[in-house]
Amino acid sequence: MHQENELIPHLFRTEYAKIVAVLCKLLGIEHMQLAEDVVSDTFLLAAETWGMKGLPQNPVAWLYTVAKNKARDVLKRNAIFSNKIVATLKHSGSEQIAEDIDIDLSEQNIADSQLQMMFTVCHPCIPAESRIGLALNILCGFSADEIADAFLTNREVIYKRLQRAKEKLYAQNIKIEMPGVQQVAERLGDVLTTLYLLFNEGYYSASQNTVTRKDLCLEAMRLSQLLTRNRYTNTPEVNALLALMCFHASRFDARTDATGATILYDEQDEHLWNNELIEQGKYFLSNADTQGLGKYYFEANIAYWHTHKADSIEKWENVLHLYNRLLQLEYSPVAALNRTYALSKVYGKQVAIPEAEKLGLRTHLYYVLLGYLFSDIDNTVALAHMQMALSLCRSENDKASIKKNIERLSSK
Amino acid sequence: MKEFVLLFQNAPAGDNKPSPEQMQAMMKEWDNYMGSIAAQGKYVSGSRLGGEGKTLKPGNVVTDGPYAEIKEILGGFIIVKADSLNDAFELAYGCPILTVGGYVEVRPVIGTNE
Repeated sequence: MHQENELIPHLFRTEYAKIVAVLCKLLGIEHMQLAEDVVSDTFLLAAETWGMKGLPQNPVAWLYTVAKNKARDVLKRNAIFSNKIVATLKHSGSEQIAEDIDIDLSEQNIADSQLQMMFTVCHPCIPAESRIGLALNILCGFSADEIADAFLTNREVIYKRLQRAKEKLYAQNIKIEMPGVQQVAERLGDVLTTLYLLFNEGYYSASQNTVTRKDLCLEAMRLSQLLTRNRYTNTPEVNALLALMCFHASRFDARTDATGATILYDEQDEHLWNNELIEQGKYFLSNADTQGLGKYYFEANIAYWHTHKADSIEKWENVLHLYNRLLQLEYSPVAALNRTYALSKVYGKQVAIPEAEKLGLRTHLYYVLLGYLFSDIDNTVALAHMQMALSLCRSENDKASIKKNIERLSSK
Repeated sequence: MKEFVLLFQNAPAGDNKPSPEQMQAMMKEWDNYMGSIAAQGKYVSGSRLGGEGKTLKPGNVVTDGPYAEIKEILGGFIIVKADSLNDAFELAYGCPILTVGGYVEVRPVIGTNE
């Protein structure tokens, strides 16, 4: 039994969303619920059958066959069948049609369907803040509970948000299809933003559940990779985003300890960094190098320099330059703080302090930066900043590292 | 927040051609100057202007650049966001153009509904 217990959640994670995408494409978005029910039933049957009779030789093939049969049964009974599918298959004889419907669960069609579904999920009619949840639910097979856990909100909120977004898709009858070449160019940015946020949600989330967090990152990478495999969506920007994800993900095992607490970059054991992912990142970055220096390009290059653990003037001059460029393109408080840190690495703390004071931020991370910059220059001021940081901080992980700094400064 | 333009007026280059090393150093200074404004969330956009150009004056009088003989030339500009002219003016301090004999002029951008 043990094996089945492990296998079904795993298959559910990898296969559920794939089959749903193919069935939705076949039935139309308005029958998404039906598609989900077919696939859920399939997994239910798998749990019962495999539990009693043992595993089939090829569990994935078993799931696909059962899902196809169930889908055909539903089609035979259902009104959609007569109204919609038959209309498109009029040339065939009526009796045989259900048997003839091609439910194509080939690797290619799954990839195509999921790619098209990405554009559907990120359709302009869906509010930006609902797209990540919808992507997790439809494209990654996450339940409302799992999404709520990852986002640290309650299940009801997520459930309602998903329902509203899905109803919008049904109401507007959004086709699951690849937008035209011109539209791909216009809408790819929204898809990338969603994948970027999905990854960040996993990478920076305050959730202690490291397994879920890693899953979010891996799903964002899988979906980005789907984009690189399609001729129309394999743009330098997509490659830059995927490079960024690879470089960050390379530190996944090094950045949390056994309890799930964060290990800061400087304290990480770089032997735990994943070289294979770093190499993949370099490959995707080389594809990004051709044109259109966008936000992901600069962020990926910054992440690339962070795969060099040792401090060097070259590293920090490059990082500083990249942050200068990134901020001109798009301001963010975190980038502003990191830019000032890089400035201190190149020109020293004395130069960075007045720059930091100009930032006009009042977050705990701002005071952590000031505390760092004043360390060994004026430890009393440094201590005051760290204490300010502690009073503003809400994240348990960050609190722990601020407390360490306070201890260190107090003993000086 | 209102928008202001920072105009970077160059001194005439004359015969003083900077060395590649000096140009490299100058580039870094500009990079950090712009980065500093952007890190305050006040950068909107900007452009460098080339030294070549043509001028049309009344009576269809056309003059061609370069403008070595002219006292000063606009080298570039950036648009920034700030609460007041004084706040925008603060951003002029530290501009690399000041180290090579140029100057910065700060002017408000008039919005369409003003």
